[in-house]
Amino acid sequence: MIANYGYKDGSGDYYISIDTDRCIDCAAGRACLTACPKEMFEIITDDYDDEVACIKQANRRSLAYDCADCKPSGGYASLPCTTACTPGALKHSW
Amino acid sequence: MNAQVAEAVAPEKKEFWRWQENTWVDESKDWRDAKIVTCGIDVGSVSSQAVIVCDGELYGYNSMRTGNNSPDSAKNALQGVMDKCGMKLEDITYVVGTGYGRVNVPFAHKAITEIACHARGANYMGGNKVRTILDMGGQDCKAIHCDEKGKVTNFLMNDKCAAGTGRGMEVISDLMQIPIGELGPRSFDVREEPEAVSSVCVVFAKSEALALLKAGYTKNMVIAAYCQAMAERVVSLLERIGVEEGFFITGGIAKNPGVVKRIERLLGIQAIDTQIDSQIAGALGAALFGYTLMQKQGAAKAA
Ligand code: SF4
Ligand code: SF4
Repeated sequence: MIANYGYKDGSGDYYISIDTDRCIDCAAGRACLTACPKEMFEIITDDYDDEVACIKQANRRSLAYDCADCKPSGGYASLPCTTACTPGALKHSW
Repeated sequence: MNAQVAEAVAPEKKEFWRWQENTWVDESKDWRDAKIVTCGIDVGSVSSQAVIVCDGELYGYNSMRTGNNSPDSAKNALQGVMDKCGMKLEDITYVVGTGYGRVNVPFAHKAITEIACHARGANYMGGNKVRTILDMGGQDCKAIHCDEKGKVTNFLMNDKCAAGTGRGMEVISDLMQIPIGELGPRSFDVREEPEAVSSVCVVFAKSEALALLKAGYTKNMVIAAYCQAMAERVVSLLERIGVEEGFFITGGIAKNPGVVKRIERLLGIQAIDTQIDSQIAGALGAALFGYTLMQKQGAAKAA
C-alpha cells in the first residue's frame, strides 16, 4: 500500500509517501525511526495487520515546517530519511 | 410528523445547513435468522452512523449528527437502528469502530481506520469494479485506491482545512440561507457557469460571497462558484494519486449533484451510482470487517 501523509495548501503540496509493502520485511532495520532528527516516523500495525512505518499524527499537518531544516532553500543533495531507508519506501513530494 | 411537514412548521430561525438524519432497516429480512450479526460504527466530526450487517449483507443503519462526545454519539447512532428492529446490544456478535472517534466507541471490539473502512464499504456499495474512491467527509477529504476485494492500495487524506468538505457546504448553505439539499440543483439554475471562487477557505467564504452578491451575482451563481471551487479542489487532491476507472464517491457531499457533476466534468468520467446512502460507507465497511473477522474465527451466534 502507498500511504501518503501530508497536505496541500496555498504554497504547495507537502506529502511524504511510504510504500508500506517494503516496510513489512524492512531490510534496513527500521532505520527511518532513528534517522529523522525530528523523530517523525513510528511503526504501527496497520488495518491489515502489517507492521509498517507511518508519519506521526502530530507532524502530518506541518511537514513543510518540520522538514525545513533538512531542506535548506539553497538546495540539498540528500535527506536523512530517504538515505537511511535503503528499501526505497520513502518519497517526498516537494 | 414527516420531515417535510417538520420543515414547513419549523421555528423562524431555520437551520439551513441541517441535513436529513435517517434510519432504515431491510423489512424483507429478519435479523433473528442471521448466524452472524455485526455492527460498524463511524463516529465522524460532523455525522455518526451505525450499520448492522447480517451474514455479510447490509441489514439496517442509522445516520445522525455527531453530538458533544464520541461515546454518546456512538451509543445514540446504534440505539436508533436497534430500536427500529427490536435488537439489543447482546444480539450483536462483533462491533467495529471507525472514524475520528473510533477509539472512543465504548462497546467496540476493534477499531479500524476510516480509510480501510471506506474502501471496504465502497466495494460493497459500488461492486468489485470500484478502484478509485473519493470520500468527502464532514471535515476531511480522502482519495483512495483499492483492489477488487476493497483492500486499500494507495491513499491520501487531507484534514488540514474544511474546504471541500461537508462542513464547508454547511457554511455556504447558512450564508446563502438556502437548505443544504437545494444547493446542488440550484447551482445549475444559472444562465452561465461562473468561474470558481478564488478561495474555498471557509474562513474567507463569508466576505467573498458577500462581495460576489454585491457585484451582481445571484445566489445561485455564488453557489455554483463554490461548487466549482470545491470540485476543483478535490480533483487536485485526487490527481495526486491518479484516477482509475471504477470511480466512486462516498460521504455526505456525494448527495450534492452540484459538486458531483462538476467533479465528473473535470475528470471526464462518471461516478458509479448506488442506491445506498453514501454517508454510511465507513460504518458499512467497519461492519463488513467485523463479519470477515467472525468468519475467520468460525464464531456463530449462540442458538
Ligand atoms: S520506511 Fe524504510 S526504513 Fe522505515 S520501516 Fe519502512 S522500509 Fe524500513
Ligand atoms: S526530511 Fe528530515 S525532518 Fe523530514 S522526514 Fe526526512 S529526516 Fe525527518
